[in-house]
Amino acid sequence: MSMPIVPSFGDGPDEGGRKLAIICSKGNLDMAYPGLILANAALGEGIETHLFFTFWGFDIINKATMADLKFSFVGNTAMHPPGRFGISMPQILGPVPGMTAMATKMMKKQIADLEVPEVPEFLELLSASGAQMWGCQMSADMMGLTMDDLYEGVDGIINASDFIEKSEGAQLLFI
Amino acid sequence: MPTTTIAGHEVDVNDEGFLTKPEQWTEDLAPELAKLIGLTLTDAHWELIRFLRADYAVKGETATLRRASTQSGVPVKQLFALFPQKPAKKMAYVSGLPKPKGCV
Repeated sequence: MSMPIVPSFGDGPDEGGRKLAIICSKGNLDMAYPGLILANAALGEGIETHLFFTFWGFDIINKATMADLKFSFVGNTAMHPPGRFGISMPQILGPVPGMTAMATKMMKKQIADLEVPEVPEFLELLSASGAQMWGCQMSADMMGLTMDDLYEGVDGIINASDFIEKSEGAQLLFI
Repeated sequence: MPTTTIAGHEVDVNDEGFLTKPEQWTEDLAPELAKLIGLTLTDAHWELIRFLRADYAVKGETATLRRASTQSGVPVKQLFALFPQKPAKKMAYVSGLPKPKGCV
């Protein structure tokens, strides 16, 4: 009798060992999600995953800001009215008061419609899936923040050299 | 598409080995599929398998890890404990369903 066809889940004795490190340096709503989504995908594949939050990326893990990231289409010519591909939103509208709030609300709704969680719940999902999350020492010093200010799933505040050590052998993404 | 024989059942599978016809899956196939990937099913596994099958019947696609957790109430950590390393794909495989398509 022939052997059944069985998927390889990459957890055999000679498999695995893949590692991913993602540097999140931006705090805009639309720049927070790519890192979170890729980290979640990697964790779901059994990959050791590290997230390093630096500069504006700190807003993703700062308890005071993480639920309130914003999206602005200033400088983003790819922003178009819903379903109207090929038409750019006039850049002059971007800085108009209330426009960022409106654009943020629209984007959050689109994300929620796909059953993708908001940032704080997303961090919980990553934490439960085994993500290792690190805050950047220099950013913390610049902003006067300590571990008490950060999402509780953050593992520590580390410096650049520490991150380089932790990410040894990892595939690296800078966002 | 190839077919393969699992515990005396001939089933249609894709190149990777995932069942392509969820209706060919029966509850007595699940322990055999589980065994092939090194798992022994407990009641906790069954709760998820039954959730995944019921959800697929309604939604027409396999629940992602997050959906499986939020809808069944089983914490994500528990899913990783029950179906180690690649919980979403392993749950789908044992349940005779395609891999989840959603990103989150």
